[in-house]
Amino acid sequence: MKLTGVEIVIETLIEQGVTDVFGYPGGQVLNLYDAIYEAGDRIHHILTAHEQGAAHAADGYSRATGRVGVVIATSGPGATNLVTGIATAMLDSVPMVAITGNVPQNLIGRDSFQEIDITGITLPITKHNFFIHNVNKLADQIRLAFKIAKSGRPGPVLIDIPKDIQTATAEYEPQGVIEPFPNGQPPKEDIEAAIRLINTKKRPYIHVGGGALGSKTYDLARELAEKIDGYIGCSLMGLSAIPTDYERFLGMQGMHGHYASTVASDDADVIIAVGTRFSDRATGDKSRFARGASIIHIDIDFAEINKNIPATVGVCGDISTALREIIDGVEKKENPEWAAHVEELRRLEKSYMPADVGLTPHKVMETINSVIDADTVIATDVGQHQMWTCQYINFKKPRKLISSGGLGTMGFGMGAAIGAAVGSGCKAVLVTGDGSFGMNLNELCTAVSNNVPLTIVLMNNGTLGMVRQWQTLFYSHHYSNTTLNRKTDFVKLAEAFGAVGVMCDTPEKFEKVFAEAYNSDSVTLIDCRIDMDEFVLPMLPPGGAVEDIIVKKGEI
Amino acid sequence: MENSSRFVIAVYVENKFGVLSRVTSMFTRRGFNIDSLTVGVTETPEYSRITITMSGDGYAREQMLNQLRKLFNVKKVEYIEDSKALKRELMLVKVKNDLDNHQRLLSALDIFKAEIIDYSVDSLCIEVTGTSEKLDAFIEMVRELGIIELCRTGVVALQKGSSTMLSGMETE
Repeated sequence: MKLTGVEIVIETLIEQGVTDVFGYPGGQVLNLYDAIYEAGDRIHHILTAHEQGAAHAADGYSRATGRVGVVIATSGPGATNLVTGIATAMLDSVPMVAITGNVPQNLIGRDSFQEIDITGITLPITKHNFFIHNVNKLADQIRLAFKIAKSGRPGPVLIDIPKDIQTATAEYEPQGVIEPFPNGQPPKEDIEAAIRLINTKKRPYIHVGGGALGSKTYDLARELAEKIDGYIGCSLMGLSAIPTDYERFLGMQGMHGHYASTVASDDADVIIAVGTRFSDRATGDKSRFARGASIIHIDIDFAEINKNIPATVGVCGDISTALREIIDGVEKKENPEWAAHVEELRRLEKSYMPADVGLTPHKVMETINSVIDADTVIATDVGQHQMWTCQYINFKKPRKLISSGGLGTMGFGMGAAIGAAVGSGCKAVLVTGDGSFGMNLNELCTAVSNNVPLTIVLMNNGTLGMVRQWQTLFYSHHYSNTTLNRKTDFVKLAEAFGAVGVMCDTPEKFEKVFAEAYNSDSVTLIDCRIDMDEFVLPMLPPGGAVEDIIVKKGEI
Repeated sequence: MENSSRFVIAVYVENKFGVLSRVTSMFTRRGFNIDSLTVGVTETPEYSRITITMSGDGYAREQMLNQLRKLFNVKKVEYIEDSKALKRELMLVKVKNDLDNHQRLLSALDIFKAEIIDYSVDSLCIEVTGTSEKLDAFIEMVRELGIIELCRTGVVALQKGSSTMLSGMETE
């Protein structure tokens, strides 16, 4: 059938299984929004307050579901407002399709009103992007965008559609949901080398990254740990792949990781890394990372092997297949000395925990743990509150942590929480800080308008806490531009947006207020007053190694 | 860490709008410093061939190859070992037309198999082709005659023998 470009866009999105899109209208997407209007009963559009919020929502939607998130924006400022959101998705390998309008092709290159070269701008922050020159290729290029976004190591893809293509007509034939490019199979010799190596080792440690979520290999990682009597740690992106309370799970490792997991990764004699890039936040000083260990690096992205940490054995290809074959090939092991050592590390870790006095971050997280169900999605912004969430929240199911790991985007949380709740159909809790929340709090209106089941836990310490922590430790207590001293009344602010706002300054009150908020149908913001000199500990200082870990405030 | 050396990478890319900027944008993003880059059509119209020369150690080389292979429009990437590479570069040099130097210039042209392609009262333009080292040597030779302007194409390279980059390549 003959359709206009914008009708082709909508029909192709629908055929690709898209049910929800996030976006914001404008001059060069008026036609597209007209098509959305016409297709309103088949595709659900969620209007945000700002394109950045829409991009983070599409990202959060994807992180919570594993499906491709879709965001739409107009040309010029609409498109540039997506940039932070696209970069956030890129750095965390999130499959996302961003669709932008642009001025008609006869106005391109003339600095026309709201004209911007968004494919040029997003070159380094997309997995791939398209400028559509030909309406006859539009449907196939959208399909290809989905295919690229979800194949192998996922990532964001942008499609820029000039207005003349939107209004031109072409034949359209519906197709099925496009399959990703098949994953490469890990070479047999690499699998065998990995098996031989593991068989000779007595202190195995499995490090899972975001790739373990993408490849759904959480069960295989546990099966391997059990067979070789090893332990599991993770990067921030790997969190929620393994249930927090799993007995062999030591938690996140690295700069603000769990003590036991960071030290165990250094004491191990073999690290089996699954779908991770060994970010500097996870490793600290690379030359002093895991000095006694051989590294088996399993990743779908060949370019990650030997990029940050040299691999003893690199296994490139489908992670599930690789893990399955390794599990089947390795000898069953018992490593009682290693187990005893790790138990000792765990005991030490517990001993470093300070007692909760007043409304501490730890107390806040413990309260959240005691109230939420296993399906609840936890989103964060970036900073101290994010690290406390990563350290203390008890994840029971995969894809329940929605957090900007690679780019570290303050302002990510509001949009992402909305997207995650919409996508998963589950309740969402946003843990944020007064700094991060200030960046995109406008999306409160989106949450309220769309009845998103959202509870916002605002860790309000009146400062940019993580920067303050660094200023305390490394900049002679020079609190340059981090003490906020703002007069914002977050309770009134929440009310102004049509949400419920509650101030909270004691653990008892928080227990009551959080349970009520979580169980209510309203969007609730809880303004939690915490001390501005709370630290995130332990801390592996930047460029440091295990021996440099700060575990107690008194050591500073 | 192995020592830094100069090497050639040949890249087959789809002959499409914007592909070169994808490649060069990646260099900037990853902090790769290249010595030269040439691009042109190939025996297969749907592909262009980019020839890159750069210096670096084995790590830099592996990263460059891997990151190029990740780009969607890149169809094949090959590291051409120095011993297997046929490398050529073309240079145009404009020098002063000075009668006192004619004899020296003519012998330089003869030795380097260079040609005069433009002759005017006060300047000469010389075309010379060969390895980069040969062009470097030629520049040294004519420098004192007074170089007005020069322009080099950068290296193009093919593998010795009958093998081609596209042989054995899967086409979609």
